[in-house]
Order: sequence, then structure tokens, then C-alpha cells
Amino acid sequence: MTYDKRLDGRKADETRPIEAKVGVVKNADGSAMFKIGSTVAYAAVYGPREMYPRFQQNPQKGVLRCNYNMMPFSGHGNRVRPGPNRRSKEIGMVTEKALLPVIDLSKFPNAVVDVFIELPQTDAGTRCAGICAASMALADAGIIMKDLVASVAVGSVDHSIIADLNYDEEAYEDGPVADIPVAILPNSGKVTLLQMDGELSREELKKSLELSKKVCKDIYEVQKKALKAKFEVESK
Amino acid sequence: MSELLVKEKQVTVPGEVLAEGMDYLPGNNTYREGEKIFSSKLGLASVDGRAIKLIPLSGKYLPKEGDTIIAEVIDILMSGWRVDTGSAYSAMLNMKEATSEFIQKGADLTKYYDFGDHIVCKITQVTSQMLIDVSMRGPGLRKLTGGRIIRANPNKVPRIIGKKGSMVSMIKDATGCRITVGQNGVIWLQGEDPNMELLAVKTMRKIESESHISGLTDRIKSFLEKETGKKISAKEGEKNDVR
Repeated sequence: MTYDKRLDGRKADETRPIEAKVGVVKNADGSAMFKIGSTVAYAAVYGPREMYPRFQQNPQKGVLRCNYNMMPFSGHGNRVRPGPNRRSKEIGMVTEKALLPVIDLSKFPNAVVDVFIELPQTDAGTRCAGICAASMALADAGIIMKDLVASVAVGSVDHSIIADLNYDEEAYEDGPVADIPVAILPNSGKVTLLQMDGELSREELKKSLELSKKVCKDIYEVQKKALKAKFEVESK
Repeated sequence: MSELLVKEKQVTVPGEVLAEGMDYLPGNNTYREGEKIFSSKLGLASVDGRAIKLIPLSGKYLPKEGDTIIAEVIDILMSGWRVDTGSAYSAMLNMKEATSEFIQKGADLTKYYDFGDHIVCKITQVTSQMLIDVSMRGPGLRKLTGGRIIRANPNKVPRIIGKKGSMVSMIKDATGCRITVGQNGVIWLQGEDPNMELLAVKTMRKIESESHISGLTDRIKSFLEKETGKKISAKEGEKNDVR
């Protein structure tokens, strides 16, 4: 048996419906919402501002600090225990590493740019939604950036390559599942996040990555549109 | 063959290609990679001859030498005051630079500037490590008493001030408020009539959100005329507010 018909009826290379909005948190220096299917990520950027604790300051350039948080009611029925845990710390770190190559903080020694990613509703692909939202929020905050970052999870479910897995697909039981979150810089095609969970062949990995490039291009267009839309709304 | 890919005053996002080919030069907030010129901030593209630059739409204030800012006293030290500049870095106001009076050794410095006081000061020095010195010596530099403080986007300060101060003097004339605009986006205003004060705040918020659309001066003028019911005479050089 192969997985040729997806559980929610999407095409293999089709993502869930995407919605993006910039400027959702008025108090923040920059903010964005990124929604893909029923996964919703909000990102708020504060800074550059003074860094505390002081021993973490870097006198050579500014520091990027990302905080990833799933809200207690966000998951699939079970309450997510609030507060930082091993998983959220790791995702905060990989988010930082996915965003750092594009941002330039050399003009802000000893300062910090704080990125807070909150997930009120999750259905797989949260770190990718978080990265997409964070990159838009950073742009909105006026940080010097080389490029935006687009991110998506691709993978193989029972040997068929599909884009943007949802929770049911990640938990598919009748065959091997692999889930690969990827972040790509749309202009250069460089990869800033690549993780893999599950089992898949070399061929499948190659195919998945090809697919992720295409999907990230589409996500980039959505991000671009959302950033520009902020200023069109204000003109009315 | 060089090609320009954006229109004047078009909103661009980081990483967007502004132009292709070597005939164009990258200006502020842009960078070149290979043959292409990319945007490195969220901003409005502006072409000046061969150079392409970007006018940022957002971002925190970056302290610059010679800027007059409105700062808040946050700490009192042995030799002066530490003030919040609205940027990522606080500034130092030295006792020597604070007043023309003689300050006795060991005097209570809160008598001059207390915690939470807002002062109009000038940035005299910014080092590469962003250590900032400010001074109170100069015309118009003073402690602010009364009135209200609002915080605007520092990137919109040139729009709020207008060409040679035309915009802010228009608001002053229409509302009768006293207004001081700091380069860091902190604005102080004081008016006889609270309603007029509120109108001035509303006008500035309007400028902040609409400044990237052309015809700003005319819109603000008619807005003020409608709200106050007075006729406002436009001054020279107000029409084109692109800078």
C-alpha cells in the first residue's frame, strides 16, 4: 500500500492554505502572524535594546535571541505544560541559527534583538511557521537583513514525497514517515535549517529537498505580499 | 544592459532585487551582490541619478552626532546623569555639560534634573562602541516642564518636521501648541487648550501612518482645516516632502 492519496485531499506538492499578516502586535518594534492550515504562529520582535544579563553581551556585535513557546491549549487535546522545556529550547536555538545568516547586527554592539514566537494553535510544522513569522517580524522591525527566510516541512509518508505535513500525516502508522523541516533563503537558495526525523532513503531525501525549494518560493511570495500589504492598508 | 526593477517610492522588502547591471550604484540600505542590487531593509526605494537608496519605514533610532533629541533621566551618577535616548543605548550627560551654573561638589543633582525628567539635549559624541555623550549647552536645549510626551517612529521625524520645519510649524499655527520634536522620535507638546493638544497628537499619528503616500502636506493641511475650522496658509516649499 502506498500513500498516494493524502488524508486531507491535498496534492503531494500542495501546502495547507497560508495566511500572513504583519504588524499584529502594536507594542512590539516588529511583529507578524503566519498561519499555515491550523498551525498559527505569532512573532514579536523587540530591539535592538540593551542586553541583560550583562555577561551575555557581545561587544563586537548584537545578539539575536529567539524564544519559542507553544501555548498550553495549542496541541491535540492534551495540555502542553507551560514554560521552557528541552524541546522549546532546541527549537529556539535552531530558529536563531536559521535567521542569523540573513541579519546584520554589527551596528549594535552589546545590544540584543529579542524574537518571541508564540503558537496559540498547532498542527505540525510549528518551527517552520515560527521561522516564517519571525523573519517577517524582523523585517517589520527595520533590522538590516540580506533576505527573508522561508521555511516549510517536507517529507515522505510511506515512500511518497509530500509537502507541508500535518499532524495526522506525521503520525501515519501504516508505513515509514520522515519529516524534514527546511528553511531556505529565497534569493540565493541557501539552506539555513535542515533537520530530519524518521526514516527515508537517499533518493527520497533528494526529492524532498527539491520539493522544499519550490514550496519555499511560494511561501516567500506570501511573506512579501504581507509585508507590503501593511503599508497599503494604511494608505486607505 | 542595466535595468531598474522598482518604481520610485515603491515599498520593498529585504532581499528584493532593486536593479540589475553595473550602471546603478547601491546607496543607503542596499547592497550589491554580483550584478544585482538588493534591498536590505523594509523601506521605500528612491532613485537619485545612478544611485539607488532606500528610505527605511521602521526601525529603532540610531544615535548620531549632532542630533537634538529628547531624553529621559534614568540614573544619577557621581559625575552627571544617565539618560535614555530611545535607542538601544543610554547616553551620559556630564555635569560640566549640564548647566552654565556652578555645581558645588557633592551637591544634590536631583535639584537640576530629577529621575523621569525629560530634557532636550544634543548628542556631542558617539563612539564605535555606542557610548554616547550629550550636552545641554546650546540654544533651545532645556529641561521640559509640563506638557505631554509622545513617541513616534524615528524614521518619520523628517516627515513630521517637514522641509525647513514647515510641517511642524503648520501644526503649531493650527493648534496653538508649543511643540519640540527630537530626532529620536520623542515629541513634546504643550497647549493652552487640551483639545488642541489632542488634535496635534492625532495629526502627528496621521503623518506617521501616511507619510509614504504622496501629497502628504495637502492632506494634513485639509485635515487641520477641517478639524479647526480655520484657514491655514501654506508656506513656500511645502509641496514636495520627499527627502
